[in-house]
Amino acid sequence: MFNNFFHKMASPKYFYTIAGILIPWLAAGFVLLFLTGLYYGLVKAPPDYQQGDSYRIMFIHVPAAWMSMFIYVVMAGAGAIGLIWRIKLAEVVAISSAPIGAWFTFLALVTGSIWGKPMWGTWWVWDARLTSELILLFLYLGVIALYNAIDDKRTAARAVAILALVGVVNIPIIHYSVEWWNTLHQGPTVTKLDKPSIHLSMLIPLLLMAFAFKLYYAFVVLMRARCEVLDRERHTGWVRELAEKK
Amino acid sequence: MNLTEFFHMGGYAYYVWTSYGIALVVLLLNVILPLRQRNKLLGNIARAAKRTRRNTT
Repeated sequence: MFNNFFHKMASPKYFYTIAGILIPWLAAGFVLLFLTGLYYGLVKAPPDYQQGDSYRIMFIHVPAAWMSMFIYVVMAGAGAIGLIWRIKLAEVVAISSAPIGAWFTFLALVTGSIWGKPMWGTWWVWDARLTSELILLFLYLGVIALYNAIDDKRTAARAVAILALVGVVNIPIIHYSVEWWNTLHQGPTVTKLDKPSIHLSMLIPLLLMAFAFKLYYAFVVLMRARCEVLDRERHTGWVRELAEKK
Repeated sequence: MNLTEFFHMGGYAYYVWTSYGIALVVLLLNVILPLRQRNKLLGNIARAAKRTRRNTT
């Protein structure tokens, strides 16, 4: 039965239907968590004793930066599965993740920059953390450009998967950059082995936002994956039927 | 805490609200873009299907 489920899931038509059912639920969960996170982050959490209210940018910046790396790993992982087992759906998930990851990377860079101006006195420095995150953005853009440059979607997906896998080396560099090199960027406060050095009143909105963004990615990647499936299956009967019903 | 104070953000209003504003735009954009793409795709596929049917019958 379990085997059967995976077999079914890998069929594009079945995926399209199931994703269509999941999307509104995931979106509703996102809205709920996001609004709660906004309330706790902007209203409930007290100002920071050093940074005043400017630190509230962190509730966007940190989850966005986490997502930028998380989505990259998902993209590379899905790409690898597509490469090894030739599962079309894995290719679809990989390529659908790229633009979302790029947007989160953009968001992390921009909000970091806006935070840096009042706190560091500069919008940008070429230090390890910022530079490696910028390289991540270029990797995403490279993946998107490469995919669009090759006409045959399956060949394109294979090329993209290899590029994404090579780029994985950048992920630990981003993560450890604040420990390996001297940098303006502060070290980790949440993902430390001992107790996180962040107060609960600030940790709660941070985690709410992080989960909200995860749900957001889940439903947005399904939306994009559905489009990709439609495009790839445009000559099949069920897609034509669906298009003509609209 | 009153509303003016809330929007003032301890003097960091410009930075805080710009960040949240950009975040909101990015989040909305990533929902709107696939919705529009889906409509466009379905429209194209329907038109192509109609064309082939006309040519074959």
